[in-house]
Amino acid sequence: MLSTSPAFKENARKAINDAGLQKALARTKPQFHGKRAKAVAGLPEFERLRDIGRDIKNHTLAHLDFYLETWAANVERAGGQVHWCASADDARAAVLGICERVGARTVTKGKSMISEELGINEHLEQHGITPVETDLGEYILQLRHEPPSHIIGPAFHLNREDWEESFRRAHTDLPADRVFHERRDILTEARAKLRARFLAADVGITGANFLIAETGSSVIVTNEGNGDLTQTLPRVHIVLASLEKMVPTLEDATNMLRLLARSATGQDFSVYTTFSTGVRREGDLDGPEEYHVVLLDNGRSAMLGTEFQDMLRCIRCAACMNHCPVYNVVGGHAYGSVYPGPMGAVLTPTLIGVDQAGNLPNASTFCGRCESVCPVKIPLPKMMRHWREREFERHLTPATVRTNLALWGFVARRPGLYRLVTRIGAGALGWLGRRRGRLSRLPFAGGWTAGRDLPAPEGDTFFARYAREQRGKGGRA
Amino acid sequence: MLQASPRVALFVTCLVDLHRPTVGFAAIRLLEQAGCQVEVPRAQTCCGQPAYNSGDRDTARDLALGILEAFGGYDYIVVPSGSCGGMLRHHLPTLFEDDPNLRARAEALAARTYELVSFLTDVMGLERVAGAASGTVTYHDSCSGLRELGIKAQPRRLLEALGVTVKEMADPDVCCGFGGTFCVKYPEISTRMVSDKSADIAATGAETVLAGDLGCLLNIAGRLKREGSAVKVRHVAEVLAGMTGAVPPIGEAG
Repeated sequence: MLSTSPAFKENARKAINDAGLQKALARTKPQFHGKRAKAVAGLPEFERLRDIGRDIKNHTLAHLDFYLETWAANVERAGGQVHWCASADDARAAVLGICERVGARTVTKGKSMISEELGINEHLEQHGITPVETDLGEYILQLRHEPPSHIIGPAFHLNREDWEESFRRAHTDLPADRVFHERRDILTEARAKLRARFLAADVGITGANFLIAETGSSVIVTNEGNGDLTQTLPRVHIVLASLEKMVPTLEDATNMLRLLARSATGQDFSVYTTFSTGVRREGDLDGPEEYHVVLLDNGRSAMLGTEFQDMLRCIRCAACMNHCPVYNVVGGHAYGSVYPGPMGAVLTPTLIGVDQAGNLPNASTFCGRCESVCPVKIPLPKMMRHWREREFERHLTPATVRTNLALWGFVARRPGLYRLVTRIGAGALGWLGRRRGRLSRLPFAGGWTAGRDLPAPEGDTFFARYAREQRGKGGRA
Repeated sequence: MLQASPRVALFVTCLVDLHRPTVGFAAIRLLEQAGCQVEVPRAQTCCGQPAYNSGDRDTARDLALGILEAFGGYDYIVVPSGSCGGMLRHHLPTLFEDDPNLRARAEALAARTYELVSFLTDVMGLERVAGAASGTVTYHDSCSGLRELGIKAQPRRLLEALGVTVKEMADPDVCCGFGGTFCVKYPEISTRMVSDKSADIAATGAETVLAGDLGCLLNIAGRLKREGSAVKVRHVAEVLAGMTGAVPPIGEAG
């Protein structure tokens, strides 16, 4: 996916004025907030579970080399293969290599953000292989040639009328005048279209919510069951996973799963939770003949030992973006990168550079709601601030901002001068706004006054008044 | 053990100094009524948040050094803002990671720093403040006060004890879109956020909206007044100190 993060401001402006998008975003509250709150309230130990989740991930990251090796040995013991990929290029080549070796023509796909990060679909298409997205949201996005706008609800930006329109345009073999009475009719049509694809696929590609070191398993959770059909029907199963998906044991995975669904969709558990371990054994009723894990680093190991290490705890539940007041206003596409919202604001600069993605960690009020709902307690605002520090150190912060900061810093370091400047400022603004108590326009403050008035100050500063009062009392201060 | 008459330094904050001195005097009145000896160190300026949140740690650290100098030796430092209070209480020590002595001083200062309403209730143990008031208000939870300092029930409790009816808006805990420099860096997003907030405020039918942070209040008042709303906007300290007669609501003429 080509990043449009540098154009975030322009993207955001368009998003705010996009009536369809705003209609879709209005669903966030009923669909995500209330359900999560209810699920959390229903599990008294949820807060303790968050600590457990954080600790499991911290422990794993502290011993990541050990767990990766243990896991890889267990994958191979179960007949699978691990493809260690330092870069996105390596991972694309590994996937294509497997597909070409087995002569794949069609590849079915479960939902995977790593697939988006790698741009697997475009890569396969360029080499004559047809990828078919089987997650409903991803399926319609493939029809519309759009990237996901949300990490668990990829088509969250679309409304029902968009679905109907896209299906009519894409499924031209069906009667043009067919009526979609309800949501189920859309689902039924998608299911009918996809069923044949599942059966024809040579390779199935899924993501992984977790990798389990002690068993060498990968875990996926879905609500549609498409992941299971994707990974059990074809002869070859490829798992795309980044290395921070690791957890040590099945017990740990269970704890993480208890956090994941509640934080993501407010379910106690996803409808389908599937553990895959290696290839089909003798006597197994199903399972692939080949099981591959394409394990991606792509800048993540470089975060270890830095102020960004905590980000590697992320389990991609999307609670941060669901509860982000900025995401709720601009939607996921405005961020212009694979990962939107607060987790994206921290992760994206790692992937494409803070010079490209600088807007993302800046477009936050640091309200802290993301951190307050994060199932593994990632200090997201703190890490966004760390990106701003890197920007400032590298002189990437816009010149006007730097100049204003320097000027303000000069004054604020000198209390005497500060008293004088604030008195002049408060006096002038107070005088300008004296009649209405506010200003509707002010030079150099267009950002503020375009959408709101500027309340006028009282006129005198606190310190001037306080000094007068103290003199009146005989100079106590 | 709580001293009978603790020495409290008031950290005025830039916005109170520049924009709404009455909030500072309201804080002094409330603290004195609670039995504190209040002083206002003269050498104070800003908590450093604009620099700190813009990635300029050097400037933030310089200002923090000034704060350590000006506010040493008091029993408590009290701030009529959750945002500046959160800066002093949680972030100041992180600016001295390389210097154990300064870090220890900063931590000691942080531990003695409280937001005004939290200090009155959580430290001084007040269940009510002097006076009486009436009317219906709605209360916006400023983000830092709520999430960094745990301020939620305290202001509501004091307001209700005064006789005020508190009517909750939808999502009082959602950001108003101020965010310090955010509101001028991303004005369209900020405006949209504060418009949602003003709609939630208006829907309560309350006469007045209160909060504990002037940044949010200027933003909210600016939007409500632009929309022509009659809802009054005030800092919670003005109501608690019985000083609403001293100054017109934010964004209104006297």
